[in-house]
Amino acid sequence: MGLLDKLDKPFEYAGPDIVLGTIEDLLNWGRAKSDWYMSFGLACCAIEFMAVNAAHFDLMRFGAIPRPSPRQSDFIIISGTVTLKMAERVKRLYEQMAEPKYVMSMGSCANSGGPYWEHGYHVLKGVDRVIPVDVYVPGCPPRPEAFLEGMVRLQEKISKQEIFRKRQKFSKEDLQAIEDRKKAMDEHFAKYLELQNKLKG
Amino acid sequence: MTIENIFERLKKEFGDAILSETVEQNFEPFIRISPQNVVDIMLFLRDEEDLKFDYLACLSGMDYKETLGVVYHLYSIQHKHRVTIKIEVPKEDPKVPSISKVWRTADWHEREAYDMFGLIFVGHENLIRILTPYDWEGHPLRKDYKQPEEYHGLKVPY
Repeated sequence: MGLLDKLDKPFEYAGPDIVLGTIEDLLNWGRAKSDWYMSFGLACCAIEFMAVNAAHFDLMRFGAIPRPSPRQSDFIIISGTVTLKMAERVKRLYEQMAEPKYVMSMGSCANSGGPYWEHGYHVLKGVDRVIPVDVYVPGCPPRPEAFLEGMVRLQEKISKQEIFRKRQKFSKEDLQAIEDRKKAMDEHFAKYLELQNKLKG
Repeated sequence: MTIENIFERLKKEFGDAILSETVEQNFEPFIRISPQNVVDIMLFLRDEEDLKFDYLACLSGMDYKETLGVVYHLYSIQHKHRVTIKIEVPKEDPKVPSISKVWRTADWHEREAYDMFGLIFVGHENLIRILTPYDWEGHPLRKDYKQPEEYHGLKVPY
């Protein structure tokens, strides 16, 4: 995984203790191994999540430290049922987090609505309807081991992410999609301004 | 005090206000009363020395399709006896006298019953929604409730 994998195959020509890598590798290594998460629980999954924090499963060995504020945290764990009332708050918390930020959706409820998928008039059917999710952990609730697997996947994802010249590494289709989205947003904003002027005038 | 004795006491005291009583095996015995007399009967049950129902265990809203209702579960910690009281109100005008002054517990229970069933508790000081958001439309546990399509731009159906 990233920089640490290269420890097994060092740069032999220069010596056994020399590892060659990119700055990106180094930064990603740092990011992946010091994820601070927001101490934030929603429902019964939060109980399992607390077990992950405690001594037996010890989330801290992944470099994860609970933070009380979204402004200090790198990722947020959506642990439980996201009601419509809470969805707005969850979105707000996510928006308050500083980049780079990641989201881990824990349990069936946060993934897809879970047992409330059909008659849950008050439940958001999947937290990915309001915020982008990086890792989904299935289960109702997931075992702590499943959560740890999700944590490993998240670290894998972080250690492979692009940092420099992101745009240049995008495929043509992706770039086109971004341009299209920009155009659509501009149009939307123009319409909004027009409406505002109409209301004023 | 056995449940028959409690029913006897109530019938003697209130007469016409007691509509019917049901004592069946394997079921919680209950008594139906008219909604107008709720506060008087509750105060009587709470304050009489040999009844002393000092604990409102539960207050639930009900939807009987044609009518709405409220079920009160009372318990006496001192005498260790319990009683269930039911009332029914028409769906068009679901007004029930509030008993939040009799037991403070009833305050939030009545707010919940209002939130879920739209029962109006007359005399309640702060009858606002307690579980759903304040701008929610409709009362979700009613049998004719329709799930909304969206809420604040969030799609509700799966």
